[in-house]
Amino acid sequence: MTTGTTDPFAYHAPTTVREASQALSRYRGDAKLLAGGHSLIPMMKLRIASPQAIVDLRNVEGLRGITENDDGSITIGAMTTYYELITSDVINSKACAIAEAASEVADTQVRNWGTIGGSLAHADPAGDLPAVAVALGMEINSASARSSRSIASDRFFRGYLETALRPNEVLTGVTVPAQDEGSGCAYVKLANKASHYAIVGVAASVTVDGGGVCTAARIGITGAGPHAVRSRRAERILVGKELTENVIDRAAQRGGAELAGMFNDDVHASAEYREAMTQVYTARAVTRAAACAMG
Amino acid sequence: MNVEVTITVNGTAHRLSVPPRTLLSTLLRDELDLTGTHVGCDTSSCGACTVLVDGDATKSCTMFAAQADGSSVTTVEGLASNGELHPIQEAFREKHGLQCGFCTPGMMITAVQILERNPSPSEAEIRSGLRGNLCRCTGYHNIVAAVQHAAANSGGD
Amino acid sequence: MTTDTLIGQEVTRVEDQALITGRGQYVDDLRLPGLLHLALVRSPYGHAKINRIDVSAAANAPGVVSVFTGADLAEQLGSLPAGWVLIPEQTGGEPMATPDHPPLAIEKVRYVGDAVAAVVASSPAAASDAVALVDVDYEPLPAVTDAEQATMEGAPEIHEGVANNKSFDWTVAAGDYDAAAAEADVVVKERIVNQRLIPNPMEPRGIMADYNAGTEQLTIWTSTQIPHLVRLLFALVTGHPEHKVRVIAPDVGGGFGCKLYLYAEEVIVGIIAKQLEKPVKWIESRTENYVATTHGRDHIADAEICGTSDGIVTGLKVHVYANLGGYLSTFAPAIPTILFGLMLGGCYKFENLSCTVAGVFTNTTPVDAYRGAGRPEATYVVERMMERYAHEIGRDVIGVRRRNFIRPFRRGHDMPIGVTYDSGNYQGALGAALDMFDYQAFRQEQRDARREGKLLGVGFSTYIEICGMAPSAVAGALGAGAGLWESSTVRVHPTGTVTVFTGTSPHGQGHETTLAQITSSRLGIPMENVEVVHGDTERHQFGTGTFGSRSLAVGGEALMMSLDKVIEKAKEIAAHEMGVDAKQVVFENGTFYVEDIQEREIPWGDVALGAYWAKNLPDGLEPGLEAVSFFDPQNFTWPFGTHIAVVEIDEMTGETSLVRYVAIDDVGNVINPMIVDGMVHGGIAQGAGQALQEAAVYSDDGQLLTGSMMDYAVPTAEDMPSFETGRTVTPTIVNSLGAKGAGETGTIAASPAIVNAAVDALKHLGVTHLNMPLSAEKMWRTIQDAKEARRARRSAAARRGN
Repeated sequence: MTTGTTDPFAYHAPTTVREASQALSRYRGDAKLLAGGHSLIPMMKLRIASPQAIVDLRNVEGLRGITENDDGSITIGAMTTYYELITSDVINSKACAIAEAASEVADTQVRNWGTIGGSLAHADPAGDLPAVAVALGMEINSASARSSRSIASDRFFRGYLETALRPNEVLTGVTVPAQDEGSGCAYVKLANKASHYAIVGVAASVTVDGGGVCTAARIGITGAGPHAVRSRRAERILVGKELTENVIDRAAQRGGAELAGMFNDDVHASAEYREAMTQVYTARAVTRAAACAMG
Repeated sequence: MNVEVTITVNGTAHRLSVPPRTLLSTLLRDELDLTGTHVGCDTSSCGACTVLVDGDATKSCTMFAAQADGSSVTTVEGLASNGELHPIQEAFREKHGLQCGFCTPGMMITAVQILERNPSPSEAEIRSGLRGNLCRCTGYHNIVAAVQHAAANSGGD
Repeated sequence: MTTDTLIGQEVTRVEDQALITGRGQYVDDLRLPGLLHLALVRSPYGHAKINRIDVSAAANAPGVVSVFTGADLAEQLGSLPAGWVLIPEQTGGEPMATPDHPPLAIEKVRYVGDAVAAVVASSPAAASDAVALVDVDYEPLPAVTDAEQATMEGAPEIHEGVANNKSFDWTVAAGDYDAAAAEADVVVKERIVNQRLIPNPMEPRGIMADYNAGTEQLTIWTSTQIPHLVRLLFALVTGHPEHKVRVIAPDVGGGFGCKLYLYAEEVIVGIIAKQLEKPVKWIESRTENYVATTHGRDHIADAEICGTSDGIVTGLKVHVYANLGGYLSTFAPAIPTILFGLMLGGCYKFENLSCTVAGVFTNTTPVDAYRGAGRPEATYVVERMMERYAHEIGRDVIGVRRRNFIRPFRRGHDMPIGVTYDSGNYQGALGAALDMFDYQAFRQEQRDARREGKLLGVGFSTYIEICGMAPSAVAGALGAGAGLWESSTVRVHPTGTVTVFTGTSPHGQGHETTLAQITSSRLGIPMENVEVVHGDTERHQFGTGTFGSRSLAVGGEALMMSLDKVIEKAKEIAAHEMGVDAKQVVFENGTFYVEDIQEREIPWGDVALGAYWAKNLPDGLEPGLEAVSFFDPQNFTWPFGTHIAVVEIDEMTGETSLVRYVAIDDVGNVINPMIVDGMVHGGIAQGAGQALQEAAVYSDDGQLLTGSMMDYAVPTAEDMPSFETGRTVTPTIVNSLGAKGAGETGTIAASPAIVNAAVDALKHLGVTHLNMPLSAEKMWRTIQDAKEARRARRSAAARRGN
């Protein structure tokens, strides 16, 4: 039995992304980046994770903050905390689902330290932010010592705790594309009462035209399967129609259809329940997003 | 190899050399002998270890001491000043917001954060704000009352 | 000012100053020079044979001082005791099976978490690192975790020679249930599962021991509710003389029953400190706590209630499989038997009762008392079955209860089962609760809500419990291995200040305040002139400890006795000083005087000083002013009350929340209402936690699937509403304070009230019972199934109609 002590490790606190990436390369996959630490440190204390080295990103320049760009997109630094997201005027007015998801994460203390970059890079299957990243069509920005690139959020989450990041890449931030006129978004969640992680969490983003017809929709689902997914089959039912209760219910029945046969099944919820709740929460997320869009 | 940590705790500056795996809670308790910060779990769940790091409520068992390098930390021992109890301490006593007292330091620190950000929180906001602090004795009833009392006494309503 | 000035007052607590400023001293806060740290190697298997333990790598690891296995210490460690051995008269003549419980497992491990070796090192981290280096060769064996399955043919044998894994089959009965059932209009049966819980005091356990080889004095600091019993049992188990052991319970961060035993670690740490002649500390991590500290509940009950079609209950029959876990914990056998079976009469008149309990070993963490301990399980069966019966006969749950209540009584009521309730007014408590809760208005609200797709339900619990543990002779006759009296010493100092020593051992209950209130009121001195000392076997003579809501009803009365003795002696001294007979002296508000002789007054402090100065004492009177008392009550105490819960269920998701809670408790006279209310609140939250969200779940091979706070849902502030509490007052006749005990009422009452409310919310769908916890998925599934069944019924009816 452990006494809440991690295995020993070497500690590095570089000041540039380049140095951080080099440190990752040096340890050949046996180093972990440390952002807020609220997923990693508990795993290390239970000795489920025992990296040889910790590369702390807290001193790295330029990883923090929320910027509204000229084209209406928003760039969020990887080290931006949940609390900063919740209290950002830009986020609340332009991409409120991010703030809604951030305010559902764990608790006051965790939100003070947990970061958007950490959440996405860790890719916990029940994390809240991944669903929103998918629904808002975020670009995930990453860099290594030599190059940088952007990864579309619906191609970013690859498996259980697995992302498209290469071993020496640092997630530097995300870009939230400009949301069209008439857009609304929302995040809703059925929480695990013990961990507060999502048993099922659904983020939705919809755009409606002047006649009330849905012109675009994106739905991101977390908690239900091995990783966050986009529910295109539900989206397709919404687009081109007025978002009536009936239409939303029909779409919701396809919510998470992509996860058929892959729904998580554990002591907290059966696969059958997760599947049913994915549908219920898809309806709730779309309903709220639509209300917001028609504001 | 040890890491050097410069840290101000309850107004006093310290410079320490500790193994990297030293948690902030361990540094406070074992190096600085500030045992008012309690450790009640190993999964970042219970909140008994909560302290303020640069003003932010923080689970000190979920932070390496190295991460707090250069920070200013307030523990329960630093809440009172000049022999005067902090209003939240007064409120916890007045409203019987503690029984065994083990969760109390972390609970009060989180309450300080809640009130600092929202001087007149609703009951629901208090309950949601305290979600990361577990108490098994009080059923939270009197803890919520204590936070409301402190809010009223500090000019919130 | 009267002598009772502080009795019944909401005095803020004297304990708080230290606790709110970070000056509490819990075991982990204590330091000694040269302190070593101990960590335990624990079994990852539910059931396995130990072939070999290789400690060499661990022993050579940096910082490691020593590694011990069970075989190394077999002689010194002994076997942990069974502190309550049920009597053969109640176990069908068969002696209860009490297999050995080695503190460090030697041949076999019997649950995940069973300790097999101890590593001692210079730091907690070094000890923890070396644990992973102890190489244990296990041979996994088939495991069983369910108590019913463990009794079946072919189940793995956990303890050699214990047939069907049964420690006992315990029986108690009154009247003739079978005859009553045969004559009854209605018999309702239900399987009622009371799931396993993890107590979760916020401070996990911790132990530090220090040995002086020169004096052979062993000092053990431990987070316990029973320091004196730990010392006694430690001495019996290890052979280290009792008078050379000092046990100290410093600040203790909650207990709720799970710190009420002699634990393996107390023996291990104590003996290793003695062996190494060095101070040693062990601090339990939370994850470790989940497997190494006792669990609670875990009953599978098959219940039957019978009665007339117009609402008169005539009998109750219950068979229980009680899960004891891998070994017998100290008081484990008493919990599902004495504290369960004797409570099945509830506050009702029915006379036919049959109860059988199989105590079963399984490959799980040992199960023992958890807040309420037996009474919540009993109350859950009784109150659930009362509502089940009321629904069956189509009558209102309140009316049926009223019809079956025992009439109010003040001086004892004999129950068919053989116990005597002290005083009760069950109608009174129900009436008071209904005054706070508008039942008719709720029923209207419920109908309106249902039309809007919102499911609301109300549930009741008109509970009674047994506490104030209590008559030693009765407990002894039923198998207790220790007396259940309590002791006090009142030491008056020459300046008139007072130190009160109590054998109770608080861990959040505020005894330092409550006992000081009593002392201050009786002696007419300010509270700040009273110090209450507890939790140290060296400072106070033998005491029993704090559990079973006994501290005021038994410990408080022991204090009253010592105060009376001190006052009597002080009166003699004062009378001598005044030149009158002691019988003429009145003591009031801290002053001794004689009626009608105003100028002859002597203040308390002068008498105290006189007692020690001793220059003018009556002939033959010893100097000094101190009294010792032991109180052994003639009966238990029996608090009762009515709790009302309202739940709301999201029909789409099954999410169930507690939206309103009204509690009327009758705990007799109250010394400090603020403290009593606080305990009621906490108790309700624990009962609500069980009803709504807590469950310890094992896999079939004995892995605890809810092994951390990330998986086991201890309620948060967000999960609970504010509580509406009130009291009726029916003093007990068992002690002069009239106090019954208030520590467990909330937990005992809450879970049936909440489950009854959830069943009420789904009654229109044909739901008659729900097992705890009322998790969202379970509720969703229940609603789905009920709707499906209703559809099937309707289409069948439609077909018949065609």
